[in-house]
Formats: sequence, C-alpha cells, structure tokens
Amino acid sequence: MLECIPEGPVEHTTGKINPAKTCQPLGAMYAALGIHGCLPHSHGSQGCCAYHRMHLTRHFRDPVMASSSSFTEGASVFGGAANLKTSIKNVFAIYNPEIMAVHTTCLSETIGDDLPNIIKTAEIPEGKAVIHVNTPSYQGSHITGFSGMCKAMVSYLAQSDSAVKKSQMNVLPGFVNPGDMREIRRIVDALGVKMIMFPDTSGVLDTPLTSRYQMYPDGGTTVAEIRDSGNSEVTLALGAFASHDAADVLQEKCGVTGIPLRLPIGIKATDDFIMAVKDWFGVEIPKSLTLERGQVIDTLIDTHFHYQGKRVAVFGDPDHVIALTEFLLAMGMVPVYVLTGTPGKAFEAEINKMLTDAGITGARVKAEGDLFELQQWIKEAPVDLLIGTSYGKYIARAEDVPFVRFGFPILDRAVHPLMPVVGYRGCLRLIEQISNALLDRRDRDCLDEDFELVL
Amino acid sequence: MTGTDEPIEEMLAPYPDLVKKNRKKHLIVKNESAECCPQIEANTRTIPGIISQRGCAYAGCKGVVVAPIKDMITITHGPVGCGYYSWGTRRNKARADDTTPKDKIYSQLCFITDMQEPDIVFGGEKKLAKMIDEVVAAFHPRAINICATCPVGLIGDDINAVAKAAMERHGIQVLAYNCEGYKGVSQSAGHHIANNNLMQNVIGTGTERKAGKHVINILGEYNIGGDGWELERILTECGYTVNSILTGDSSYLDIKNLHLADLNLVQCHRSINYIAEMMETKYGIPWLKVNFIGINATNESLRNLARCFNDPELAEQTEIVIARETARVTAVLDQYRKICQGKTAFAFVGGSRSHHYQYLLRDLGMEVVVAGYEFAHRDDYEGRQVIPTIKSDADSKNIPELHLTPDPERYREAHEYLNLTKEEYEALKKDVPLSYYEGLYPNLKAGELMIDDANHHEVEELVARLKPDLIFSGVRDKYIAHKLGVASKQLHSYDYAGPYAGYGGAINFAQDVANALSTPAWKLITPPWEKENTEGSESHA
Repeated sequence: MLECIPEGPVEHTTGKINPAKTCQPLGAMYAALGIHGCLPHSHGSQGCCAYHRMHLTRHFRDPVMASSSSFTEGASVFGGAANLKTSIKNVFAIYNPEIMAVHTTCLSETIGDDLPNIIKTAEIPEGKAVIHVNTPSYQGSHITGFSGMCKAMVSYLAQSDSAVKKSQMNVLPGFVNPGDMREIRRIVDALGVKMIMFPDTSGVLDTPLTSRYQMYPDGGTTVAEIRDSGNSEVTLALGAFASHDAADVLQEKCGVTGIPLRLPIGIKATDDFIMAVKDWFGVEIPKSLTLERGQVIDTLIDTHFHYQGKRVAVFGDPDHVIALTEFLLAMGMVPVYVLTGTPGKAFEAEINKMLTDAGITGARVKAEGDLFELQQWIKEAPVDLLIGTSYGKYIARAEDVPFVRFGFPILDRAVHPLMPVVGYRGCLRLIEQISNALLDRRDRDCLDEDFELVL
Repeated sequence: MTGTDEPIEEMLAPYPDLVKKNRKKHLIVKNESAECCPQIEANTRTIPGIISQRGCAYAGCKGVVVAPIKDMITITHGPVGCGYYSWGTRRNKARADDTTPKDKIYSQLCFITDMQEPDIVFGGEKKLAKMIDEVVAAFHPRAINICATCPVGLIGDDINAVAKAAMERHGIQVLAYNCEGYKGVSQSAGHHIANNNLMQNVIGTGTERKAGKHVINILGEYNIGGDGWELERILTECGYTVNSILTGDSSYLDIKNLHLADLNLVQCHRSINYIAEMMETKYGIPWLKVNFIGINATNESLRNLARCFNDPELAEQTEIVIARETARVTAVLDQYRKICQGKTAFAFVGGSRSHHYQYLLRDLGMEVVVAGYEFAHRDDYEGRQVIPTIKSDADSKNIPELHLTPDPERYREAHEYLNLTKEEYEALKKDVPLSYYEGLYPNLKAGELMIDDANHHEVEELVARLKPDLIFSGVRDKYIAHKLGVASKQLHSYDYAGPYAGYGGAINFAQDVANALSTPAWKLITPPWEKENTEGSESHA
C-alpha cells in the first residue's frame, strides 16, 4: 500500500498531498441542513453542489438535498445574478422550502457576485426567507464554512424582541453528527433546561425508513426557533472553530451571553458543559447523569492497561481533535502527533498547552497540515494507534497501525452518525473503540501460546 | 408509461412555464410506430435551481478520464475541494504490471495546490510550478497532469505555460487541462477536454507494439470494481492481446503506444468516442462499439469482435469461451432470476450505463421502464447518425474541436488493420457496429420513457406513478429511493462491489440485485402495532 511514498524526508512546502480538510461550502451546506425546511443552495457551477451532496451522503447514508445556480461560462463572465434570481424563483416554485440558505463557491467569489444585493432584489415569496454566507473555497476549511453559516443564521434571523430574556439557552453544537446532537439534547433534557440548538441535523440526516419520503424531514431547528434564540439568556458555543463566532455575533446583536466551551467529548469537556448549565440556571444534576459519569470512571480504571502509555496519532477537525486529545490524556495515552487540516495557530497553542501540562515532550502538533506529512512522521517514529477520518485507513494499512475511525468524514463504515461520541455515553464508545482496536491487534499478532481468552 | 403523455404532463404541472417548456423536450416516450427516434434535447444547460444529478467539466476530465492513469501524478490546481472530492471516490482500480511497479502507482493519492486568497489575487502560477518541482523531487513520476478548477481560468493563470516550463526543467511530460468547472454544461465537456489532450500529446508518442496476433484497446472502460480486469481475462482467453484499457488501470507508457493496435473497442461511448474517432482519422484504426454488460450482450460483442478479424481460429476459440462461460454463469443466474423475474427498474446514470445494463437486467427477467442519462448528447440517445444535425451552441463552442488529418507515416486504411479487403470491411460494417453507436432508443420497448438530465422532482414523481422495484442511480439518489421504500443500487460505484462486467460480473450483479430486492428488512418496515390498525392494507409487510 502506498509504495510510492518516499521513505526519507522530502521537501513539501507547497500545496497539499492527501489533504486533511475540504472546502468551506461543504460545511455551509451541512449547517444549513440543520434548519427545518431548508434547502441549501450552492451559488456556483453545479459540480460543486454535486460533490458536496455526494460527500455528505456518503458519510450520513441519508438523502442530502441542495440546489445549484448551475453556472456556465456565460454566467462566469457576466456575473451570476440572473442565475441566482432564477434559482430562487424555481426553488420556491418547485421545491417549496421554508428557507433557502445560499453559500458561495470559489467561482462566484472570484467574479465578485454581490449576494446581499442579488437577494434583496430577488422574488422571494411572502413568509419565506433567503439567507447567505460567503464561503470562498480559498479560505479556511469546511469547518470555517460551517461556522460562517451559523453566523449567517444569527445575523439574518436572530431577534431580541422580548422585554426580558427568556429562561432558555442556545446551544451551538458544532460540526458533529446527528447522533451527537440527539445526545446533547438528551443531556439537556435531563437537566431540565429549555434549549434552542442550532443547527440541528437530528431528524434530518438520521431519518427512519417508513416508505414515506419527506423532502424536508421533521427534524432541524425551525426558523422561528432561530429567531427566538436572540431572546435566550445564554449561548453555549461548543468548539472554538465551528461555534464561537456565531455566539459572539449573537451576543453583539441580541445581548445573549456567550459561553465558549469545547465540544463535550471526553470527561472533562462533558463536565464543563454540564457545569456551565448548572452554574447559569442553578439546576440540580440528576442522578442519572452522575451515574453515567461514574460508569465512565469505572470503565477507565477497569481497562486502563489496554491503552495507557500507548503512543497515538490523532488527526481531524480542530474542535474534535482538541477535545479528543484532552480525553486521550485523561486515558493515560500519549498523543505524539496531533494534526488538523484547518488553518489556525490557536489549535497548535491549545494542544501544545495540554501536552505540556501533561508532561509530554517531543510531540508534533500542526494546523493546516496534510496526511502526507502525518505519514512521514509515522514512518520516522511509529505509533501504536491512529485515530482519524476514513482517509487514515491508507496510512494505517501502509504503516500497519491499528486504526480508530473518528470525526468527519467516515465513508467506509456505517451507523457511526447515529452513535454519539459526545457526553459520558460518548466516552464509553470511544474507550470501547480504542480498547478493541488495540486488543484486536494483540490477538492478531501474538503467538499461539500467548493467545488468551480473558483480556 | 401508458404510452400517452398524460403522466408526463401531470409530472411537469408544478413547474413554472419556462421550466416546463424546457423539460418537456428532454423526455421521450418510446413509440413503436415511430420509425426513428424523435429528437431529444440533450447536452444543454441545466436550469438554475433545478436539483440535477450533473457534475462539472473538472469531474469529467480529472475524475473520470485522467485520474485512473496510474503512473501519472495528477495535480489539481485550485482550492482544496475539487481535488479532495475526486480522491478515491470513483473506484477505478489499479495494480502493478510488467511495465509499472507498485512504487510508480499514484492513483490513491491526492495532489492539490490548495490555492489561498493571495493566489487568487496575485496569481497561482508560481505555487503550481513550485509544487511540480517538489513532487518531481519526492516521487519521480513518469509524467504529470495539471487539472484546472474554476478560479484558475477566471484569474488567468496560464497553466499551459507552467506545464511547458516544467517539462523543460524536468524532462518529463507535463500536461495541462483547462477543465474549469464552468466549461460546457456537465461532465461531458471534461471528457472531451481530456480526450483532446491525450490524443494531441500522448497517443502516438510510443514505439512499442505488444506481441500478439490481434492487438486491441478497450476505450471508455474505467475498471470500476475491476470490470476492466474481467474483460481482459475474457479477451485474452479468446486470443486477443489487450494493449491498453483507456483509462482504467492504464499507464502513461501504455497510452503512448495506444496507436499500435489493430482495433479500438468502445465501451463508454460518451466519454471516449472523441479519441476513437480521432484515432480513426489520424491512423485509420477502426473502432467497434461493444457492450460487455450482460451475458447475451457480452456474447454478441465477442462474436462481432471475432468477425472483425477474419481468423477462423479466433472465431472458434471465441465460441469455446462463450459456450464454457455461458454454461457456467447461466446456472447461477437462474437462481437469482427467481427473485428478479418480472421486476421493473429505473436507471439514471452516466452516458452509457443506463443503456448497457438493460441487457443484463433482461438476462435476469427485469425491465428498465425509465432510462436516462445525466450528461449524454443526442447521439447517445438517438444514434450517431444525428451527429451532423446537432447544432453547436455557446456552451459547446468553448470546448475546442481538434481537426486532425491522416498521419502521413502511420495512416492505413481501416480494413488493412483487420486483414480484410475493402469490400469485406464495408460488408462487415453493415452487420456489426463499426464506427457506429445506435444509442439508447432502439433498445427501449413501447411505452418506456427516455429522460435526459432527470432531476429530483421528476424522479420522485415517476417513482410515485410507476412504482418501480429498483432504482439504479448515483449515491445522491440512492437513499432517496430507500426512503421511498424502493430498493436501489449505485451504478457508478456498484455499492462498492463488482466487477459487474463480463461473465463473472454478471454473477456478482445478479446476486447484489437479488439481495437488494429481497433483503428481509423490507418486510419489517411497518411496526406490529401499526399493522393491527391497518390490517390487510400493506400486503408486503
């Protein structure tokens, strides 16, 4: 596998080889799917929309609907205003969504289409909404695009129109799976606090098969709820890269206090999430959550010898990797290579601080990296475990490293979008996956006389 | 369909007038009494806002034609997305062979310049040149492709100049493809751009003819799921030497020698007919349209092929292979036919598959009642005889047409390649599809619907009205079918199985289709507590 990869160090300063990120529009499309009755719209050539829909569909194994302005060369020369206006007219006439969420592409950005003005002069039926975000593919990553669409939801829709703030909180869940969003809702329900979570792809990208197809499934945050988010007391923004910006805009625009948190992956980040709710609303923590937490601690103590001290390489989206690295340290593992494709020095600073606090030296940490580089590191000094998206499977096979799939995208395994990695239950799932990967390897590699029933 | 236009009218009813007028021209119901195919509108712009299945020129050039060439490094010049989405998603398998060792295979890697805002503002040529230098130093490829994405053309990066300079610096061929996503109206534009470049710069530059009595190429076969390998097995057993498969599991070295063959087989007409035609013009090499999807179709293609060579030994060996393989597969297919018999299907894929798979499905007792292409031209529906009547428009004009002339040194008459007299060749042309493709229409039965660039609304409406048992589509429509309660198989990626071509492929396909139709969960959809209330209303549950 990958025999063409050079063994020794090579100069690789330009471009990406085996990228660990993709472009902004994909994230914008995913975020928009978390609005109820929303049709995401890609303002560019139809190839972009085709690629994004395919990629999201492969990860979620559920329908991903979106339309495109279908640029041709003419539109690229004369501007895409006519294409967008025609699109808006046709989309509402034929597909009748509640709201269209438009994002741009590198094509429409390079020619400089003025979206706010085009939208202002488009025919939008009464009671329907069109929002937009600029997502040039030559900036940031899919995570930045997700963050941008969350901001657009706030800046277009959120309103502070009640005399006093309502006793409710907003949660910006970040670029996580519908299963994670369901789990966040379960935890908040257990805490007894009213929540507006947006975007929310549960009920959109994890729908049941009933033989009755709904183009706009029951799930997703309604436009009315997003409007009402301006009346909430507080916003918990989960993940610096995907969620903090939207919370800032909401605080500025509507005076809703924003509390920046990590994604609630792992014990500490889940504790922080629950404590933030407790501290703000003064709620009692139900016994059920205390029990769940205790089960995680019990499992960690019971199984630590499966993984403690193992060298691990982690890559993926920044908010996921930051939270997971914290949990891996809590498991006693040694993250030696930590990489994200998304640009942002804050990522490196945050991981480096965690590693320093844990007394780990000599680790390599990189934002805006690629998987070619990660593979070079692993060739230089191997690891016991690789954790990341499906793209890691090539490295895992080439370098013969056990592999745990985590984050987005996972294209070669099913069910994962329904199974949370957030919260205490998510901790158990991660421990099980990591532990099993290492034990499967031990069972595979050991001598017959060392092959044991009980581990 | 019922043979009337009524269901189509109902389906189109919700459309705004302009959309309705446009879409009507893309739909043809087969009418047995019509002597030839009525004109269908194809290869024209998708209406903005309509949820189409089409992709872009980059996808057709890089994703389909160029990326499978295993020993070339393909660098996408652009922001990160396009290269990323077309990385590892088309299942064109590749392996080492006599001329290409494992360490010269790059098709599982993704190379992209990852243009950033300053590159858009100040130009990305330097970045591209630097990346080529680094890639050559690190990987030592035999040759490099550069594929352009939308912004490259808009900001005016001259990738041809970068390629030329890199070629001079490194002494290897560097090909630049101006396949910006906004060119043309679909993937099809990209196929043409890729065909032109390979024809102009690679094909004909080699000198080594493979040993063998009958040396052939398979064009328009991308080795999805290993299809090309199954075809190579069969053809080798019949007595042919497969020179190169274009471009599945192909190598740059083999493509250089593509002209040193006696006959080109064309599997996917849409994506590769340009090269077939241009090779005929330049070298005189004839091409034969084949279809190796389905037992009867494979047998017919093999017999047509054998007839081209006027070699009794070859004809005999072909019959031996046909007899042995048909016997081997028929018994297995009979098992699956029990499940498949009488079932109906829709097929919305590509520029050939919706036609080719009809034969295999008929082998299984199934019928495709609605067939459509995403990015085909009129000739793929109506047959190549309409090509002179196709009007070029603003979108097709921006794809350059190469005007080749016969190569003074290498051109030979087609019949000479096949060891036939001119008269024999002309007579043969009347019997087998040499330089000809009849299109999808003749194979349809009366009342069946042919649809170009089918969109989400139409697919949903047609499913509701015609209630097919199975939908063959791409991944975007696959799960929509499931939610509608209809089984589906992806015909681009074969749901990650295959091969589906040839004899071995027919068995795989039959098994997968039978499984999709009969998987026990289809009977579990209604929960028992709902069944009590609606007893008798859902017979399948």
